[in-house]
Amino acid sequence: METLKKLSLPAFAASLMASAASAQEAAGLDDKINQAFADFTGPFVSFIFAPFPGTGFPWIVGWLVIAATVFSLYFAFVQFRFFGHAISLVKGDYSDPNDAGEVSHFQALATALSGTVGLGNIAGVAVAVGIGGPGATFWMITAGLLGMASKFTECTLGVKYRNEYEDGTVSGGPMYYMSKGFSELGLPGGKILAVLFSIFCILGALGGGNMFQANQAHQQIAGITGEYPGWITGLVFAAIVFAVIVGGLKSIARVTEKVVPFMGVTYVLAALVIIIMNADQIGWAFGQIFEGAFTGLGVAGGMVGALIQGFRRAAFSNEAGVGSAAIAHSAVRTSEPITEGFVSLLEPFIDTVVICTMTALVIIITQQLIIDPATGNYMLNEAGNAIATVDGNTGVSLTSAAFASAFSWFPYILAVAVVLFAFSTMISWSYYGLKAWTYLFGEGHTKELVFKVIFCIFVVIGAAANLGPVIDFSDAAIFAMAVVNVFALYFLMKVVRQELASYASRLQSGEIRKFEH
Amino acid sequence: MTTKIVIGLDGTETGERAIAFAKDMAERIGSCELLVVYVIEWSPFTFQTPEENALRHKRREEELELATARVVNPAVEALKSAGFEARGIVRHGDVAETLNDITVENGGSQIVVGRSSADGFKKRLFGSSTQNLVMHAEVPVTVVN
Repeated sequence: METLKKLSLPAFAASLMASAASAQEAAGLDDKINQAFADFTGPFVSFIFAPFPGTGFPWIVGWLVIAATVFSLYFAFVQFRFFGHAISLVKGDYSDPNDAGEVSHFQALATALSGTVGLGNIAGVAVAVGIGGPGATFWMITAGLLGMASKFTECTLGVKYRNEYEDGTVSGGPMYYMSKGFSELGLPGGKILAVLFSIFCILGALGGGNMFQANQAHQQIAGITGEYPGWITGLVFAAIVFAVIVGGLKSIARVTEKVVPFMGVTYVLAALVIIIMNADQIGWAFGQIFEGAFTGLGVAGGMVGALIQGFRRAAFSNEAGVGSAAIAHSAVRTSEPITEGFVSLLEPFIDTVVICTMTALVIIITQQLIIDPATGNYMLNEAGNAIATVDGNTGVSLTSAAFASAFSWFPYILAVAVVLFAFSTMISWSYYGLKAWTYLFGEGHTKELVFKVIFCIFVVIGAAANLGPVIDFSDAAIFAMAVVNVFALYFLMKVVRQELASYASRLQSGEIRKFEH
Repeated sequence: MTTKIVIGLDGTETGERAIAFAKDMAERIGSCELLVVYVIEWSPFTFQTPEENALRHKRREEELELATARVVNPAVEALKSAGFEARGIVRHGDVAETLNDITVENGGSQIVVGRSSADGFKKRLFGSSTQNLVMHAEVPVTVVN
């Protein structure tokens, strides 16, 4: 530990630079490490992403969608019944002025959103629509609406069972509701689930919440400046992340947290402008979405293909059921844990139903997907695994091309947005990972520093190399969080139902009412 | 009936002049309670990192303690020892809005503040807290130079 403390930032950076440079020279060694890692983690990755027999449908996606459906039914579609109430809470209508200065519902929502809004909304949707056709949008929205109930359940529990320490700070999340909630109900195994969840959460934070983001940010920057070694981006990012999470340089985080929502709003506004400019196509686009949802419109895989792509995208994008949002929301001090649940159900709505749908509509309306004039169906590309697009774009470049067809300068804004989204997602996940780390190893300055330094090292690794197997593994780890989390939620959902019944009756009787502002 | 006068402080010396003016007024009125109010500028609609959120409660307590100990308590003590009935309130929020809310809640009949010392871009864009208070308050406001 002493050596870590003594290591100055420049020395730390230099040692990383040296190791990155030698890694480039020894590309052969790189391949060997990749291969060894892939062999070691392969069974786990293939287990998590294994399809249902005879289909291309990964069971983990089914697991999340079934959970979202169960929670929607169990809470009698709380996401629609309390949607208006959730907005009132965010506006502060029910906030006691004497609690002013605590984390507000709006702040908790914004913080959690900045962790989920990102690449999934821009690149992921393009992949879904590119493979599954416009119909994928319909299934994506359906899954997003159902996912609102999962978020509601996990975030209510996150606040209810968090730890409050004497110094006034809080720690919360699935590991706390697993251990405390299970023992409260007299169920065994809560502690084991909590440890499992924490391990997956740390891996997910280092992978999907870090390496994947660094990697994609580098791709974006390199796309504009031309190719250059990834470790340079990695070092710059690592230095900034280090300054924020270790050096306590809050100003950078604050700037990002202010710019990211602005970027999100700009993105949605630009999409709206494009949609309005093509107002005569809106009816047609929705026609394509509905028709494609049930017929496939000649898309590879037909209707099932559209369904798989849509469900996958929603699940990957809004993280409902993964448990990450429960960590973010538990910082709110409220006498009513369920109010955080109501607020959190807006996240899948904003992330998936609004932002993802905007991306999909722009791609459809600007006619990036090529239709065969003879049959009216979509044409497949040469490989036959996706729809043919103008200039053969996929992923981010498909979204970029769709926006560029209306505003030629938009790809630059989009690149900046992707980099900022990546950065804010990393900051959020560094916190989620840290909470899991301290759950396993205990709180303490040195223990926390170890995790933060590891986190920064992984930023460089993520940006430096194209580590396919590592990224597969980290995605798998995020979904492994969902396996453990949803399992626990099934046992704990009755606790949430009691809270809901009590809150609803007090709201009805007027015991809970708005404050005059 | 006791008249309640609210004194809004911002931790600068203009506050001293506001207190002096309120004392003078209280002496003339007779039965008077002076409410010394300090508002910590805060908005529920800002964007924060998860870590800032986790530490927020602790920070809030520290802010309240600091404002009470440094600004409000000394003023209240000084007023009391000068023979006035006085009490202090510290709250987070938008300065103008919160000063007005506290005045209405406590049945205050008048607000006394020092002229704002804030300057720069934000003031040009949104006006100072004093200007906002004068425009939106539900009771008469006296701005002391």
